[in-house]
Amino acid sequence: MKIGLFIPCYIDQFYPAVGVASLELLEKLGCDVSFPLNQTCCGQPMANSGFEAMSKGCDKNFVNNFKGFDYIVAPSGSCVLHIKEHLHDEDNPKAADEIRSRVYELTEFLVDILKVTSLQASFPFKVGLHTSCHGQRGLHLASMSELVAPAFSKPETLLNMVKGIEVTRPKRVDECCGFGGTFCVFEEAVSVKMGKDRIGEHQDNDVEYITGVDTSCLMHLEGILKRQGSKIKTIHIAEILNSQL
Amino acid sequence: MSSQANFTHAEAAEQFIADEPRTDWHDDTLWFVREKRDKAAHSLPEWEQLRQWASDIKYHGLSNMHQLLVDFEKNAIANGIQVHWAVDGKEHNEIIYKIIQDNQVQRIVKSKSMLTEECHLNEFLTEKGVEIVDTDLGERIVQFRKETPSHIVLPAIHLKKQDVSETFHEHLGTEKGNNDPQYLTEAARGHLRDKFIASELAITGVNFAVAETGGFVVCTNEGNADMGAHAAKIHIACMGFEKIIPKAEHLGVFLRLLARSATGQPITTYSSHFSKPRAGQQMHIVIVDNGRSRQLGRESFRNSLKCIRCAACFNTCPVYRRSGGHSYHTAVAGPIGSILNPNLDMQANKDLPFASTLCGSCSNVCPVKINIHEQLYLWRQEITKEGMAAKGKTFAMWGMSEVLAHPAIYRMAGKMGRWVVKHLPFLTNNGMNPWFKQREMPEAPKESFRDWYLNNKQK
Ligand code: SF4
Repeated sequence: MKIGLFIPCYIDQFYPAVGVASLELLEKLGCDVSFPLNQTCCGQPMANSGFEAMSKGCDKNFVNNFKGFDYIVAPSGSCVLHIKEHLHDEDNPKAADEIRSRVYELTEFLVDILKVTSLQASFPFKVGLHTSCHGQRGLHLASMSELVAPAFSKPETLLNMVKGIEVTRPKRVDECCGFGGTFCVFEEAVSVKMGKDRIGEHQDNDVEYITGVDTSCLMHLEGILKRQGSKIKTIHIAEILNSQL
Repeated sequence: MSSQANFTHAEAAEQFIADEPRTDWHDDTLWFVREKRDKAAHSLPEWEQLRQWASDIKYHGLSNMHQLLVDFEKNAIANGIQVHWAVDGKEHNEIIYKIIQDNQVQRIVKSKSMLTEECHLNEFLTEKGVEIVDTDLGERIVQFRKETPSHIVLPAIHLKKQDVSETFHEHLGTEKGNNDPQYLTEAARGHLRDKFIASELAITGVNFAVAETGGFVVCTNEGNADMGAHAAKIHIACMGFEKIIPKAEHLGVFLRLLARSATGQPITTYSSHFSKPRAGQQMHIVIVDNGRSRQLGRESFRNSLKCIRCAACFNTCPVYRRSGGHSYHTAVAGPIGSILNPNLDMQANKDLPFASTLCGSCSNVCPVKINIHEQLYLWRQEITKEGMAAKGKTFAMWGMSEVLAHPAIYRMAGKMGRWVVKHLPFLTNNGMNPWFKQREMPEAPKESFRDWYLNNKQK
């Protein structure tokens, strides 16, 4: 089983530790992982801003890097959803189709494909789980508060395998944090207000960390937390699942 | 019939949020309604099945619109209802004005109808010197204040009881500073009773028009549509053509969904079925297109016409709750407004599809399963295709797409970017960078993941 590790551009550039944790975690679980060296981005920043037409070059590059793998795994719900829904390559439609059906978000891959039931991890902290929308409502990583359906959460299932951790949920379990791609700058006021409100609910739970499957949401929350001088830190779920504290 | 607002959603939202306690209050109040909706939905095990049926019935209706409208007209006429067709808002207003003139009436009451808001009927009639009294309590409040509704179900939700008290003090002579809701409601009740009793013509909306019977259903909680229609000698009901449903039995699906989605009630207090005029009464129905045919022809956006105006998507929308209805500068605000209004005027409403994080909560609460957030994404593509994106944004996106399409350039830009954030923070940490206004920049690591991989993993 050959796995291509997709590390979205902002993780590559600003949060390399998330990439390292994802890679180490997959290898610990016995996967044969490689990181195609010429990957860049899924094209989502352009597409969500209305410039889907401009993301063709990105798409092509993505297909060139990731064709031929059994699975493509990334520590980001949002980027994976974008690939699943929008990856196209006129020159190589079959490869693009295959990638769309083989791309997985990390926790989804762990639960659904590897069927992980235990982890050698410990993280003795109180952690608030932020449910990122694209992973949840797009990839169905967790049940959604709006729907009348049985409750589940793949990220939480995994977190509960970590020794010493205490996982909490904010009051509004799955409200958006307000990142929203370029929304975070074009609608700055609403974006920040949404982030502050999410943080407030985690604060009420006295958490030490906020975690989630999407570094983009966490980066936004981290920016606000730091500006507030808060002691709460953000951490990607891969780093917790790979942690040996 | 839409006019260009002189502000964008983002600008108005920023102003709204400047009063943070009020924003929190607005957010909490609407979230409370969303929670009531959740409770009501979860009390019906068949909820998701009902949504699917509602969506399918509406889809069938949209696919057979022509025949359903023909049937409806035939049956309505047979019942003694006069049917009028309006191609746009202007024609809709003129039809109503003509009925008013033909009958030489002056005292007119109107219950809630988002269509008449969309057509700007009040402004039109005021210009003609005709006074029209909104009888929905929330609508009457905003009418006094010369504002527009900020929410399609709760028109005055942007106002607190203190605001209402001041408004009533000014217009109804209530005691200054008396904020007691009971007292204020009593005052409004007395005022509106007089208007009902004196009214000669009543205008209502339509929630559902039934093709097989030629009758229609109007839902209100205040009973104001009934008071108006039963007291006046003329009843005009206004509807967008998408209100049509094939059969009366389908009401069993929609009426169960509507109030639960809107306010968490099992059913609206009044679900009134009108089928024919009573003796001596005139009953008119005005069926309006106003861009709906165009939307019906847009394959990606057709489904937006399934909307039953429950406002569940407003109440759940984290952006709406924190920016208020007026920031959408249109009659129908919120997520559904953001996919309907670009069809009415793309240029004037090009900011609206961007007033969303695409979180998808709207699509999940929608009782007729409109894929709202996907349509927001698609409108963004349309707006950009039409060349309506800001120049700066287009250039930035083009730059970004070039960088991201070429791995070597990407790596160089990444290095430079990290170097800039690290060594020249004044370039990124300034007022020109909206990220930095209320957020710190991420710290720049010394190496990218790829660098780390090459140093540590690549054999
Ligand atoms: S789009 Fe759906 S949720 Fe929104 S108002 Fe219409 S029916 Fe209700």
